[in-house]
Amino acid sequence: MQFDQKWSTMDGNEAAARVAHALSEVVAIYPITPSSPMAEYCDAWSAAGRTNIWGSIPEVVEMQSEGGAAGALHGAVTKGVLGTTFTASQGLLLMVPNMFKIAGELTPAVIHVAARALATHALSIFGDHSDVMLCRGTGWAILGATSVQEAHDCALVAHAATLRSRIPFLHYFDGFRTSHEENKIALLSNDDLRALVREEDVIAHRLRGLTPDRPMLRGTAQNPDAFFQGREASNRFYDAVPGIVQECFDELAERTGRRYSLVEYYGAEDAERVIVIMGSGWGTTQEAIDELNARGEKVGALNVRLYRPFPVEAFMAALPRTVKSIAVLDRVKEPGDAGQPLHEDVVLSLFENADALPAMPRVIAGIYGLGSKDYTPAMAAAVYAELAKDAPKKRFTVGVNDDVTHLSLDYDSSFKPDLGVITAVLYGLGSDGTVGSSKNTVKIIGSDPGRYAQGYFVYDSRKSGSSTVSHLRFGDKPINSAYLIDEADFVAVHQFGLLTQMPTLDIAKRGAKVLINSPFPADETWAELPVEVQQIILDKGLEVYVIDAQAVAHKVGMGKRINTVMQPCLFYLSGIVAQDAAIAKIKKSIEDTYGRKGRVIVERNWAAIDSAIEALHKLEIPGQVVGSQHRMPPVPDSAPDFVKTVTQKMLFGLGEEIPVSGMPIDGTWPTATAQYEKRGIAEEIPIWDPSLCIDCGKCAMVCPHAAIRIKVMPTDALEGAPESFKSKDYRDRTLAGHKLVVQTAPDDCTGCGVCVDTCPAMSKTQVKHKAIDMENRLVHLDAERANWDFFLGIPEVKRDLVRHDQVKGVAQLQPLFEFSGACSGCGETPYVRTLTQLFGDRMLVANATGCSSIYSGNLPTTPYAVDAAGRGPAWSNSLFEDNAEFGLGMRLAWEQQHAEARRYVAELRDAIGADLADALLAADQSTEPGIFAQRERVAQLKEVLPGIEGAKARALESLADELVAKSVWIIGGDGWAYDIGYGGLDHVLASGVNVNILVLDTEVYSNTGGQSSKATPRGAVAKFATAGKVTGKKDLGLIAQTYGNVYVAQVAMGANQQQVVRAMLEAEAWDGPSLIIAYSTCISHGIDMETSMTHQGEAVASGYWPLYRFRPSEDKNAKPLQLDSKAPNGKVEAYLASEPRFAMLKRSDPARAEALWKRAHADVEERWRYYSQMAAVERALTVDGAHGADAPAEHTEK
Amino acid sequence: MSTAPDLSTTYLGLSLSGPVIASSGPLTRDVESMLKLEAAGAAAVVLPSLFQEEAEAEEMQAYELAELADGFAEFASAPLPEQELDNVGTGVHLRRLRHAKEALKIPVIASLNGKDVGGWAHYAKELEDAGADALELNLYRVNANPLVTAKEVEDIYVRIVAAVRAEISIPMAVKVSSHFTAFSHFASRLVGAGADALVLFSGLYGTDIDLAARQIKPSVPLTTSDRVRLPMRWIGILDAQLPDTDLAATSGLHTWEDLAKLLLVGADVACTTSAVIKNGPAAITRMLEGLSAWMTEYEYESVAQLRGSMNQRSAADAGAYERDVYIKTITSTPVIL
Repeated sequence: MQFDQKWSTMDGNEAAARVAHALSEVVAIYPITPSSPMAEYCDAWSAAGRTNIWGSIPEVVEMQSEGGAAGALHGAVTKGVLGTTFTASQGLLLMVPNMFKIAGELTPAVIHVAARALATHALSIFGDHSDVMLCRGTGWAILGATSVQEAHDCALVAHAATLRSRIPFLHYFDGFRTSHEENKIALLSNDDLRALVREEDVIAHRLRGLTPDRPMLRGTAQNPDAFFQGREASNRFYDAVPGIVQECFDELAERTGRRYSLVEYYGAEDAERVIVIMGSGWGTTQEAIDELNARGEKVGALNVRLYRPFPVEAFMAALPRTVKSIAVLDRVKEPGDAGQPLHEDVVLSLFENADALPAMPRVIAGIYGLGSKDYTPAMAAAVYAELAKDAPKKRFTVGVNDDVTHLSLDYDSSFKPDLGVITAVLYGLGSDGTVGSSKNTVKIIGSDPGRYAQGYFVYDSRKSGSSTVSHLRFGDKPINSAYLIDEADFVAVHQFGLLTQMPTLDIAKRGAKVLINSPFPADETWAELPVEVQQIILDKGLEVYVIDAQAVAHKVGMGKRINTVMQPCLFYLSGIVAQDAAIAKIKKSIEDTYGRKGRVIVERNWAAIDSAIEALHKLEIPGQVVGSQHRMPPVPDSAPDFVKTVTQKMLFGLGEEIPVSGMPIDGTWPTATAQYEKRGIAEEIPIWDPSLCIDCGKCAMVCPHAAIRIKVMPTDALEGAPESFKSKDYRDRTLAGHKLVVQTAPDDCTGCGVCVDTCPAMSKTQVKHKAIDMENRLVHLDAERANWDFFLGIPEVKRDLVRHDQVKGVAQLQPLFEFSGACSGCGETPYVRTLTQLFGDRMLVANATGCSSIYSGNLPTTPYAVDAAGRGPAWSNSLFEDNAEFGLGMRLAWEQQHAEARRYVAELRDAIGADLADALLAADQSTEPGIFAQRERVAQLKEVLPGIEGAKARALESLADELVAKSVWIIGGDGWAYDIGYGGLDHVLASGVNVNILVLDTEVYSNTGGQSSKATPRGAVAKFATAGKVTGKKDLGLIAQTYGNVYVAQVAMGANQQQVVRAMLEAEAWDGPSLIIAYSTCISHGIDMETSMTHQGEAVASGYWPLYRFRPSEDKNAKPLQLDSKAPNGKVEAYLASEPRFAMLKRSDPARAEALWKRAHADVEERWRYYSQMAAVERALTVDGAHGADAPAEHTEK
Repeated sequence: MSTAPDLSTTYLGLSLSGPVIASSGPLTRDVESMLKLEAAGAAAVVLPSLFQEEAEAEEMQAYELAELADGFAEFASAPLPEQELDNVGTGVHLRRLRHAKEALKIPVIASLNGKDVGGWAHYAKELEDAGADALELNLYRVNANPLVTAKEVEDIYVRIVAAVRAEISIPMAVKVSSHFTAFSHFASRLVGAGADALVLFSGLYGTDIDLAARQIKPSVPLTTSDRVRLPMRWIGILDAQLPDTDLAATSGLHTWEDLAKLLLVGADVACTTSAVIKNGPAAITRMLEGLSAWMTEYEYESVAQLRGSMNQRSAADAGAYERDVYIKTITSTPVIL
């Protein structure tokens, strides 16, 4: 039978979202990687007026958390509408309580899940089944798609089957591997959707909905007499689910020809060895089966598509009777369990149906693919090999090298089924458009009838200068290889620097074609290649082409966007299309994609394409290695062993090679490792002109990467300095006769230019010349490296010699947060860095999940650093939603330890010595000198304690350091503080406990890609608010002020550095909760990040972001609110117009923009009017200090 | 005489109710204020210039924004689907043009400032297709390349005019600055290349300096009546030399007196921006009333009658005549000590 089908290329998220949007009336959303795009699609589609199959536009509502989304979903479906949501990982966990309710009430609903690892020893945004498996007891049906096509088809089956069965459905597919894989699929038509989602089921669901016209009640509380029977009353609905799902599959097959079953068998009819698996590993396992059976083996596999209710009958029916041994592969680890989840279901099914088989097969259980660890045909083959052994491992892992508990299977990575596809691997940077053009290439090839294409994209963890690897397959059959390419027919290196930083051409097949973007002329390129790369080219006989893509892109006005130059070369060289058709094809695609967006984009892209082929040169290969350039230079010898062994491997992109024994057992990692990662990503770096410098320190204050530093030193410290080392006389009374040095770390600077934009010192004779100018990095590299090394060796200034309440002084304090992988020009990191300069040696940080947890804690290296004494911030991340509570716990723990230590000091007073003991107990630690003095006393105490007998002395030894004050900082973004963590934040503010909260307010969920939060201002365009946000920004600071005993400050580094410093000091000093809301510019604002601080300045000047401090006081006449910025300058619209996040709306919907901007302007004026009145209001604390009357005496000392 | 004088005129083949049109400026940015201009007596409006660079920069920025998503794993989210940024690039101009055409009874003239020859022609066609009654080419550029000669500069302008002429069929005016050494010759070349009208002269778009920040800031000073002398001179000359070419005076028109003088030397219309910015659309009404009263007093029946009556047709050598006036002016100026 022929099916008239439309084909399209898309990723799994879009494939599922299309169906979900078309079949829903209410969609509750919340962002979480990797499921966010499903929600983004639905929001954008509804904003653009796209309707569901019934002709109405689905209502899409963003909630404050996944828990909120589940609640809204529950409410919607209980009223009888069709509801859905999308989530993953921790998000799904937050939905669990509602899932039990929705299922218990037999209410149809669908959750689409991009399955992702749960955070345990570490967070992972990548795929496995930990989240889905945790829901197996919720009473939801669980249906798993193995591919992009299935994500589309199973989405429909889930929506249809939930209505028919009344059991809610969790439809999942593997996070990233399927959710982000681009593949060609046959689209379901609206008629297909209508055929499966039967109108009578929709009406029946609607009529079960709550309505006062037929009043009924759900959610009763039941007593022992009734609860149990009530629980049993729904049994028959579960019994019916497998039949209903198969019925839907069959109807789908009739309409589309795509046949699915609950449990699907693939392989030899008389297979003796069988793998049981779920999810994207299915296609990969099938490839291994084909290859092994072609070699004469008898193997097969079962895909459990419907996992809950577990279809025992279908499972037994699908299993070949010849089976002798079974390996069940779980993509989840449940430590301490007797088996693993799928494994246990399989064993139980077999045990209870032993009669159905001639003999009970042996069953072994394996774990694979956690956190998107690749699962390849070679690993499947290893599992089959294990099954063939006389005594296979009962429990095993595959894909890692477990040299500790020896559970892992060895596999032969040369096992590679030949699939007849062309493979291409492209190495690029996140910012150069390589991924975008790769996706485009996949779509172009996929649009050819009878041709198939697949794209999968691997990103590293950093946000600035991050590398991307695009894995592309092209062929004449559907492509279900859900694993990375490890041998490519075509390799492109889009950035020359990557050849030095990571393995690249290593992946090329013998004789493969290679394309390198080289800034050097073709005849000079060979000598510029690292010798290792030259050797690979020679060994593998690679055919290498070079092009200066930057030059071509620049010439045609595409700036740094080299993708349109590289893409035609791929078409031209790789053989994926006939060479003579390549150019026309790619030009047509450009016209199709951008034709409506404007003439210039099409023209420039076309020019890039034409120029690209002209600029392409075949590299003459000399036949021998020349030069002395080496790739992947090792970390310096001074690095700790751990960095040399473990970290270095990850830095080289060889993390896969680290065995289990190389890993920390509990997720605890050393800090201060970012310094060993010399990324050298800046094109230009700031170069200092001491003759113009006015010692203000502003450059160092705004540096997002702590890559421009200031030190003050006695003149003799300059002895032995490199000739190029610059210094100037320091103008300061305390440090008279000292020298000041401003030094850039040339390999750590990202070249954002924020420092130069901020520098106020310009030349009198040439205004464009400032005390620091951005200059070509390579020109200065050798000198600045030597200068930086010398600079590091100069001792830090004594902390009590500089003023901590002055920008100039703070800028000289050692940053204990450096070289993070945050975006170039990040608006958040300057605040974090400043905190570490002020309090780093005594800081405990609780960090909410988000950008700040990623740039602070994402491997391979982390930016929190240590001072000369080895002290530095101690940092941890718990979750997204609980960070305030997490920090509160840390503080209470310290208070407890501190109190306990004090008690021991008092009890051991005589043994310790009365003077020391009394001094320890009476210490005033309200100032840094006070803290330092206490540290001295603790050192003395530690000398005394070993000589004292008894348990108390031993206990005090372990607690002595807690006699020194600690500074607890709770750090997170607005998504946490305004939305998901607000309940906890509020509770912590209300607790009166001395914690400090820093909210890095970017006014969007930055880390997940810029979704709207309650901090997003009126009129801004963000994901989830594509039509422009209608409601105004929540005034978190004002809410906090209502407590009266909370210190609150609103700050902006780009507007008033001095006020930032003051607020941080006051917050830390306030013996109670403090909240600092810090305006943080973000790439998702669409602005040029070089002007990050200027934008902040304008935000404040326009009144968009007023600065203030609310300082609680016991003084009856105190007016706690102090406004620190001037009245709005009336230029709100000008400010909005300067930021694309607002300006976009002017373009997409000018009338709406005008209306919203008018209101935004009114918001500013009104807020200022209100704040001005509040600033005149007297308010006093009614009890001593912040804690309140019931606080223990110790807690109020400071 | 009891009947009011006939103020109507023609310009670019369009019949206009009066001799004052609103040049491109803040008041021609939206339909609402253009309706006010129409009510005040403006006989046509010239829309704000479509600047090629601006349109292109916006398009490129939108392109960049759309591709921002590739940065890193978690940012790799959906592009904004079905989000058509209609107001990017030329969109805002085309939309404004269409709206103005729908709402106004008076002719709507689009204005274009291109960057390269292809761009001029392309965008001109877009504006024609969107319904412009006529097109004004705003040939504004500062030619600061020391290697490029005056002739080469003129050649470029002429090429642009010819290229646009070849692309569109609606009437076309060309607005130029006065900074040409041999203006008469250049003007005739523009007409030869296809200009139906000349608009004299584009204003001074200088830059200013913010003394506190020591930064360059853009600035467009409003004109005063003094500025009317320059177009007056050249319209007087050109009306005689290019009798088939329409002439529009721009810059410096503030009062009915300015208007009357411009018409006397041969302007078909006079354009105003500064006066309207300063005094609102009513400035146009006052000019027309003043003109009408003056015509009545001196018994002119129509604008057509007086138009060009004082051009330099009578002067055999316009240059010599102007020089003579110059000498008289200089020597007769009283010295103030």
